[in-house]
Amino acid sequence: MTEMKLTDAAEAPRPRRRSRRQFLRHRLAVIGTVVVLILILVAVFAPVIARKDPMYQDYSALKAPPSSEHILGTDALGRDVWARLVYASRVSLSVGFVAVSIAAVVGTTLGAVAGYYGGAVDSTIMRITDTVMCFPLLIIIITVVAMVGQSLYNIMAVIGLIAWPGICRLVRGQFLSLREQEFVTAARALGAGGGRIIWRHLLPNCIGPITVATTFGMAGTILTEASLSFLGLGVPPPQPSWGQMLTEAQKLSILAEMPWLWIPPGIMIGLTVLAVNFVGDGLRDAFDPRMQSN
Amino acid sequence: MAEKNGVLVQVRELKKYFPIRRGVLQRRVGDVKAVDGVTFNIFRGETLGLVGESGSGKTTVGRTMLRLYEPTAGSILFEGLDLAQLSSRELRSTRQRMQIIFQDPYASLNPRMTVGGIVGEPLEVHRVARGKEKRERVQELLRLVGLNPYFVNRYPHEFSGGQRQRIGIARALALNPDLIVCDEPISSLDVSIQAQVVNLLEELQGRMNLTYLFIAHDLSMVRHISDRVAVMYLGKIMELTDRDELYLNPLNPYTQALLSAVPVPDPVVEEKRRRIILEGDIPSPATPPDGCNFSTRCPVVRDICVEADPELIEVASGHFCACHIVEREGRADIGYTVA
Repeated sequence: MTEMKLTDAAEAPRPRRRSRRQFLRHRLAVIGTVVVLILILVAVFAPVIARKDPMYQDYSALKAPPSSEHILGTDALGRDVWARLVYASRVSLSVGFVAVSIAAVVGTTLGAVAGYYGGAVDSTIMRITDTVMCFPLLIIIITVVAMVGQSLYNIMAVIGLIAWPGICRLVRGQFLSLREQEFVTAARALGAGGGRIIWRHLLPNCIGPITVATTFGMAGTILTEASLSFLGLGVPPPQPSWGQMLTEAQKLSILAEMPWLWIPPGIMIGLTVLAVNFVGDGLRDAFDPRMQSN
Repeated sequence: MAEKNGVLVQVRELKKYFPIRRGVLQRRVGDVKAVDGVTFNIFRGETLGLVGESGSGKTTVGRTMLRLYEPTAGSILFEGLDLAQLSSRELRSTRQRMQIIFQDPYASLNPRMTVGGIVGEPLEVHRVARGKEKRERVQELLRLVGLNPYFVNRYPHEFSGGQRQRIGIARALALNPDLIVCDEPISSLDVSIQAQVVNLLEELQGRMNLTYLFIAHDLSMVRHISDRVAVMYLGKIMELTDRDELYLNPLNPYTQALLSAVPVPDPVVEEKRRRIILEGDIPSPATPPDGCNFSTRCPVVRDICVEADPELIEVASGHFCACHIVEREGRADIGYTVA
C-alpha cells in the first residue's frame, strides 16, 4: 500500500529449518557432534566393541604392552585396557549427561525465578547460591558420598546438586537485564502473564549462554567424576571409569614405563570435553537468529 | 469536533513517584516526581499530542495510563472504568482495548521471535484466534501496515527501522484496540521514514476509528498529527488546548518559550525571528521548586509564582492553562510572536 516493494517474494524458510542449516554450516560443531555420537554408540555397544570382559584378569599377561591379543595392553592386574576404556565410557558419559542436566534444570529454574521476580525472592535464592558456592566442591561431595554411599547414581545426584550455582547466577543476570527490555514491557502491555513472559520472551533469549554453560558444565562434571575417582571416591571399583583408570596409573614407574595405561583415558577425557564444547558452540550460533543467513 | 464523540479516557490527578532508595537498608529517602498530578481527557477518535522536553514525564504519563507503571495516586477512567483500581486479572482483559507503540523499534521486538510470532502473540494471549485463522489474521495485519505477508517467518533483525516500527504497529492493532499510546513512535526513525509512519498512523486512525495519545518532542510533527495538544513541564501539564489555538495563541510562558525554539523553514524569517532563550536547566523532579514548577526559569516570574502552585484552569473555552499571570491578566507576554 505504500513504499514497501516485495523485494523477496519467496517465503522465508521455517525457523527450525534455518537453525538446522546454520548448525550444519559450523564445521567444528558437526565434527563434535559426530564424535559425541560415536562415543555414545561405543558406550551402548560396549560388549561388542570391547570383545573382552573388563573385569577379567589375565595372569599370563600382567602389565603387557599393546599386542594383537590386547590392543592397548593390560594393567597391573592383567585386565584388558581397551575393554576397560570402552566400558568406562558408559560411566563417564552418563555421569556427565545426568549430572549436568540436574544442574541445568535446577540452576535455570532458580535463576529464572530470582531474576524475574526480584526483591526478597531474589535475595533468598542468591544467598542460598552463595552459600553453596562457598563450600569447597570436593569436600562436600566427599562428605555426602561418605554419608549416602558410593554408587553411580549417588555420584550423579551429588555432582548435579553441587554444580548448579554457576548456571543459576548466569540465568539470573541475563533475566535481570532482559526484563528491563522494551519487548518485555510490550508483552506486558499485551496482557501476557509472568509464565508466558519467562517462557516465550526471557528464556529463549538466554538459550545461548545456557547452552554454553551447560556444555562446559558437562565437560566439568566429567572432570569432577574423574577427580573423584582419582581420589578413590568415585564409582566403586572394579567398575571402570576414565578417571579411575588415571588413578590407577599414578605411580611414577607406570607414568614412565607404561604409557598405554594413562594415555588412552587421558585422550578420551580430552576428546569428550572438546567435542561437547564444540557442539555447545554450534548450538549457540544455531539458536541465534542473528547468526542465520539465507 | 472530536468532543462530539464523547470522552474515552479521563485522567484525574494522576501521580507517579519513583522512590529513591539509599544505603544498605534501602531506605526511602525521597521521590522522583515524574508525574505530579496530571488531569486531562481524551476524546474518542481524536489524537491528543503530548509534548515536553526530556524528563518532563510524558512517557511516564503514557505508561502509567496503561498501568505499565503502578500509579502512585489518581485515577484513569477508561469509559468510566477506573484502571487504577483493577486487579491484575481484570486489567489483563482490559488490555485488549488499549495498546502502545514504542519509541525504539529495535528494543521493542523480541529478537528471538519471528514476525508471525510477534504479531500473533496478542491473539494467542487473549485466545482470539489460533492455527490457520491466526496465521491469516497475522498476514492481514502485515498487509494492513504495508508489509509483505510472506515476512511471517522472518526475524526482526532482517528489517529496517521503519519496517520494524510497522511490525510494532501491527502488533498493537492485532486486538482492534480503541486507544493506542504512541510513545515517540517516530523519534528514532530517519526523517524520510518518519513521514511514512505518521501517514500510516493517520490512515489507520481513519480506517479503524482509533484514538491516539501521541507523545513526542517534535513540535512540528505534533502540530501535524494532533487535534489537541498538551504541554508538559516537570511532571505537570502547563497548557492544553486545540492544536491551532496552541500554536497561534500560546498563553503559558513555557509554551511560548518552547514554540520559539521551533525553527522556521524560511531563512529570512528565521534570521529576524526572536528566540526566547531560557536561563538554567530543568530542575530535578526529585526536588521540584515551590510554587509554579516553571518559576525558576520563567522570564516574567512574580512573587505569587514562587508561593503558590498554579492550577490548570480553563481560561477560555477548551483552553486550559496553569499560570498565575494568565489567570489574572489573560496572557503572559514574554516577547513571543507567532512566526
